[in-house]
Amino acid sequence: MSFNNLDQLYRQVIMDHYKNPRNKGELEEGDLKINMNNPTCGDAIQLQLKVDEGKISDAKFIGEGCSISLASASMMTESVKGLEVDEALRMSKIFSDMMQGKDYDEEEFDLGDIEALQGVSKFPARIKCATLSWKAMEKGFKEQNDQA
Amino acid sequence: MFDVQDIRKQFPILHQEVNGKPLVYLDSAATSQKPKQVIDAVERYYKEINSNVHRGVHTLGTHATDAYEGAREKVREFIHAPSTEEVIFTRGTTTALNMVASSYGRANLQEGDEVVITPMEHHSNIIPWQQAVKATGATLKYIPLQKDGSISLEDVENTITENTKIVSVMHVSNVLGTINPIKEIAAIAHRKGAVMVVDGAQSTPHMKIDVQDLDCDFFAFSAHKMCGPTGIGVLYGKKHLLENMEPFEFGGEMIDFVGLYESTWKDLPWKFEGGTPIIAGAVGLGAAIDFLNEIGMDNIKAHEQHLAHYAVKQMSKIEGVQIYGPEERAGVVTFNSDDVHPHDLATVLDTEGIAVRAGHHCAQPLMKWLEVSATARASFYLYNTEEDVDTFVAGLQKAKEFFGHVF
Repeated sequence: MSFNNLDQLYRQVIMDHYKNPRNKGELEEGDLKINMNNPTCGDAIQLQLKVDEGKISDAKFIGEGCSISLASASMMTESVKGLEVDEALRMSKIFSDMMQGKDYDEEEFDLGDIEALQGVSKFPARIKCATLSWKAMEKGFKEQNDQA
Repeated sequence: MFDVQDIRKQFPILHQEVNGKPLVYLDSAATSQKPKQVIDAVERYYKEINSNVHRGVHTLGTHATDAYEGAREKVREFIHAPSTEEVIFTRGTTTALNMVASSYGRANLQEGDEVVITPMEHHSNIIPWQQAVKATGATLKYIPLQKDGSISLEDVENTITENTKIVSVMHVSNVLGTINPIKEIAAIAHRKGAVMVVDGAQSTPHMKIDVQDLDCDFFAFSAHKMCGPTGIGVLYGKKHLLENMEPFEFGGEMIDFVGLYESTWKDLPWKFEGGTPIIAGAVGLGAAIDFLNEIGMDNIKAHEQHLAHYAVKQMSKIEGVQIYGPEERAGVVTFNSDDVHPHDLATVLDTEGIAVRAGHHCAQPLMKWLEVSATARASFYLYNTEEDVDTFVAGLQKAKEFFGHVF
């Protein structure tokens, strides 16, 4: 039996993040706590971010969802740690472009494991799974900005 | 005679490949496919008689009105309603239930009153009641579920009180496949002075409906789940209740006389059909009813229950597959697999050309009751075969194998 198509979607590194999620848990002292659902499928994530002087110093998540959404959250929290808020938002835009199959800036950031999610763009029904945690981060910064 | 291969020939969409594999459509509880009789009827309507209804002096206007009102008579007969005055065309089940909750509910509920529903309801039979009780100060109560996802009449008896004004229950669960004892629940509701509302979205496509035998006060369903077009559904209501209800939408088509400051309404059922109605949709629904009648609702029910039992039997052989819902079920099998999330499962099945639903099925309170965030669901209709079930079960095994292999 061939798994070719599926192997493109479910790359080994994705399954590794799914099985062994990085940064899963809750922060003792987070600055931002964002709950985000995917109302069409029931995926739910809570993202917590700690921001020191405009820089993301820590990120953790808890949630329920499919392999793509949880692996993406794991990768996202790993990647944004240490970034300035506006850098993280630019990265989110790059990721969104990647998911939509658009050309994206490959130079600005070392996307690392995130590159493995490229295959998701070929499965339109699953794009929202991959972007859930990124949307949560965007929402968190937007709300913080609105309050300031 | 029920010949599934012959039935399949009537459904053009089934004869295609999806992702390089023959389509196996197991998502009819979300929406059913359409036979060419329905597609042709809608096309013929637009090609030959399209015109607005109830106003034309011209010939096409009369033809369109005849087609529209003819469809209403077909619906009346199909659900055995006493009169066409009690058959209102709506946009679908959701709109029909909203009409009852807004128009009947808000006018007849007050503080101290209760609305009784169940935790297995579709969101469209929960939220309209949440809103109605918020607006009136009434309270919302739930009949508890048994372990297997069925309802016991003892619980019905204990939940409905003298303060209950409305009981609203789904006939068949879109998740568990539970067939609820509507007739018995309606009898209890009536004895305590409440009206009985039935969400018939998942029963009307699959079994014979007799609203007089059920003795329900309102009954709602959608055409698109029963081989008809999207965008049209039906609200049946008992005449004396409908007569005392305010219209849901105001405007053209539903008026008797309009003055500068006051207006009066048409008679039933038209006072509930503001605006140009869903004429082509009604024609398509009428054609769907003819199609289903020809095959026979009892045959359809038997075929689907056979497929559901066969599916449960075959799926039970796979290790780590959990199936939800009672043994006695409609053509719906909702399940989870130990090591594969339902979305991932649905993606793997899709690569095999198999369409199933994954998610919360518009029943988040029920998901909470099941203690899961999501499930996968295979649902069957008259055009599905045992081979479809076999392909599906093989796909399920493949998914388990794939996820076993990547872990």
